[in-house]
Amino acid sequence: MDILSLSAVELAAKIKAKEVTVKEAVEAVFARMEEKEKVLNCYVTLDKEGALKQAEEVQKKIDDGTLTGALAGVPVAIKDNMCTEGMLTTCSSKILGNFIPTFSSEAVLNLKKAGVVIIGKTNMDEFAMGSTTETSAFGETRNPWNEKHVPGGSSGGSAAAVAAEECFFALGSDTGGSIRQPASFCGVVGMKPTYGTVSRYGLIAYGSSLDQIGPLTKNVEDCATVMEVIASHDLKDSTSVKREDTDFTSALIEDVKGMKIGIPRDYFGEGLDSEVKEAVLAAAKALEEKGAIVEEFDLSLVEYAIPAYYTIASAEASSNLERFDGVKYGYRTEEYEGLHNMYKKTRSEGFGAEVKRRIMLGSFVLSSGYYDAYYLKALRTKALIKKAFDEAFAKYDVILGPVAPTTAPELGKSLSDPLKMYLGDIYTISVNLAGLPGISIPCGVDKKGLPIGLQLIGDCFQEKKLIQTAYTYEKIRGEFKKPADSMEGGRK
Amino acid sequence: MAKQYETVIGLEVHVELATKTKIFCGCSTAFGGEANTHTCPVCTGMPGSLPVLNKQVVEYAIAVGLATNCDITQYCKFDRKNYFYPDNPQNYQISQLYLPICRNGGVEIETEEGTKTIGIHEIHMEEDAGKLIHDEWNDCSLVDYNRSGVPLIEIVSEPDMRSADEVIAYLEKLRLIIQYLGASDCKLQEGSMRADVNLSVREVGAEKFGTRTEMKNLNSFKAIARAIEGERERQIDLLEAGEEVLQETRRWDDTKECSYAMRSKEDAQDYRYFPEPDLVPIVISDEWLDQIRERQPEFRTEKMKRYKEEFEIPDYDIEIITGSKHLADIFEATTAICKQPKKVSNWLMVETMRLLKEKEMEPEDICFSPENLAKLIMMADKKEINSTVAKEVFEVMFANDTDPEKYVEEKGLKTVNDEGALRTTVEKVIADNPQSVEDYHNGKEKAIGFLVGQTMKAMQGKADPGMVNKLLKELLS
Repeated sequence: MDILSLSAVELAAKIKAKEVTVKEAVEAVFARMEEKEKVLNCYVTLDKEGALKQAEEVQKKIDDGTLTGALAGVPVAIKDNMCTEGMLTTCSSKILGNFIPTFSSEAVLNLKKAGVVIIGKTNMDEFAMGSTTETSAFGETRNPWNEKHVPGGSSGGSAAAVAAEECFFALGSDTGGSIRQPASFCGVVGMKPTYGTVSRYGLIAYGSSLDQIGPLTKNVEDCATVMEVIASHDLKDSTSVKREDTDFTSALIEDVKGMKIGIPRDYFGEGLDSEVKEAVLAAAKALEEKGAIVEEFDLSLVEYAIPAYYTIASAEASSNLERFDGVKYGYRTEEYEGLHNMYKKTRSEGFGAEVKRRIMLGSFVLSSGYYDAYYLKALRTKALIKKAFDEAFAKYDVILGPVAPTTAPELGKSLSDPLKMYLGDIYTISVNLAGLPGISIPCGVDKKGLPIGLQLIGDCFQEKKLIQTAYTYEKIRGEFKKPADSMEGGRK
Repeated sequence: MAKQYETVIGLEVHVELATKTKIFCGCSTAFGGEANTHTCPVCTGMPGSLPVLNKQVVEYAIAVGLATNCDITQYCKFDRKNYFYPDNPQNYQISQLYLPICRNGGVEIETEEGTKTIGIHEIHMEEDAGKLIHDEWNDCSLVDYNRSGVPLIEIVSEPDMRSADEVIAYLEKLRLIIQYLGASDCKLQEGSMRADVNLSVREVGAEKFGTRTEMKNLNSFKAIARAIEGERERQIDLLEAGEEVLQETRRWDDTKECSYAMRSKEDAQDYRYFPEPDLVPIVISDEWLDQIRERQPEFRTEKMKRYKEEFEIPDYDIEIITGSKHLADIFEATTAICKQPKKVSNWLMVETMRLLKEKEMEPEDICFSPENLAKLIMMADKKEINSTVAKEVFEVMFANDTDPEKYVEEKGLKTVNDEGALRTTVEKVIADNPQSVEDYHNGKEKAIGFLVGQTMKAMQGKADPGMVNKLLKELLS
């Protein structure tokens, strides 16, 4: 049996049926890493010993019937910006290069309760700032579909690890598209839940008002199953929402009859790659053929989303990252004279260029004299964007569009022109500004052999509509191609 | 002729709230404790931690706002104040700038010219910082985060005060209100109440305010008064010399009685305030406000009025007793037990005040319980102890809340009321002091005092002096 090709839910079922042991699953994943990690570099930290120990404990509980969940025994990767007690948590930054948290993030605890096995921490853009996973202090991650290309970001390590079968699913975080975009680039499913659905406690903040944790999975069923486990009302997170409707797997229904799908014309204009456009519209067509009502409409303010996003996210980031100062934990410069010199040198040496750029941008827009012109204006724009979506959702159940204007760019091409890189977030960031749920699901491959993602956006708390639509589409689409394995010359 | 100057003063008062736990986490606010033992990931700014607001902080802030006639901001928010310093683990302080919880209030103070209202611009909630300990020996600094996250309110007055007396009256007023609310013990020395003084001078009659300075590190009313005088003079001297007052923050050194500049306006930091995204806005409903309003205690003015009606004690006593919430509490609780308001008031006004003054203590520091004071009063009332013994017992009770009954029992201080035993003693004293007896018979009334004294001495103080007097007169007649 090829354990690695199983989905998370399939694997858990086989473990429950005693066809596979948890240890076998963990070992298979680590064997796969042996093969792939040198090139792909999906992980910052691997914990084989810990994973095998967890495997043993989990196996016992599955055997004695105390663990019966749909994910029990599944090896999982966690993005390195989520605290894991006793395990290095770096945010792919030199400044946290030696940081071992004393507690685990709520989402990780929820997974552990469900009996998963945490195998390691995945690489990311430093502090989740970037769209390529190239800003990591620990080297870039490569796209399993083509090693010359980026996996997307910032949850690039998580997306690539799922695509390369180096884990069965992974957690990522999404502030402006950081789950959906790498999912799209790596041909996996990624969901950003409604703001407040998954606790942010233990997630090292980038843009607090936009950050959400979500799953990167092999298929929609896994996505719904993981969502069901990680969603929780957490009193430790004041922005956490109490929801009664987190039975996401109940939406795994193959039916879109009467589902009203809106296609924003603004998402198909200039800058959109024609192959991406074709694949996305073909997906819409397929859904229409299954009974969905598909309609084009105008979603205004799309062009304002990027400046508003980079203003708000950078402002919050500039403040959130102040605590990394060399005083309490993390990196401290070797030599310094006095307090201010210590701060300056520690932060200059500890942070990478993209992080510094956003700290400067954020500090600037919050400065006295500029606050009203930039930050307040951005907040007003955010409110208007939310309103535009509210109007759209009065008419449609789901909004359909591309995840990113192009497929994964080549390594080294994006960071030289940050503004262009920021523009690549155009279809994903309004979802964060409006606090909405969004899902990315593979819908094709371009001529270069790189995956294309389809994005479905729902109204707040309407994840189930997204899951139902995505699930139906997945059935229409059929089994998605796997990355051709350059090292083995194709595994299947 | 020398110019006449007017002093213009506004105050920023920080008050540490008496909550059991910190403002954004469940850590204890208890004073003392080993360094960094009252801490958790939240109040040490660990990555990934998030703040959760303590509801009691909001209730105390609202209660203080209502008691100082403020408008309550029913939709209020927290903001981040960004600045780097190691006592501030996140390098931002969670405070309120844009929508503080209380605004536009004021309190009345009594001045020589009569009643005056001091306006309150706003009251906002915020978190305290940790404490830096400089280790000179090892040439390093250490941080203790036990105080980090202790809840504070900052009460910002309007520049309505014109003298040190007005400032002290305003602070006394605030302190009393807050103590009556139980929102803080407001001890300046211990830092649970801290005042920064904003002061400027201008020529009498001028409309424009002069340039102000902000004075920090004032930890007693006396220091505040001295600092105000000192700063007023310093600014007038500058103006008289044709120089300018610089807008700056100064630190008062109370031992040297002078101040020095900490930072000028040019060095003023840009705090880059923005709304705290980790906390949701606080919505204060009318119902919640009503509940807090209903729970407001009886404040001093009402209490004074009630005392006048309920208890037959002098106005002066009422003023002193209600001048401290703790004293008033002791008075009421003791009176409730022994039903002797006049006697309770006497003990508080005379012996208690004497000992407080002698030991340089504040009424808040009184440790004896109303139960024990009531016991003492009742024992004296029943003539179980005489007044000299009562005072002696009181002193012990004042020091460590000793149970007076037990103490009197253990030390054998009970008055001897056995007339037979007393008569024998008196007879002996008469026999031993023929000279005094003769003096008495010759009309020297004073001589009896000596004989009473001798008897008391012989009885080791445990006799009722009235009874001794009566017996002596009887036996000598």
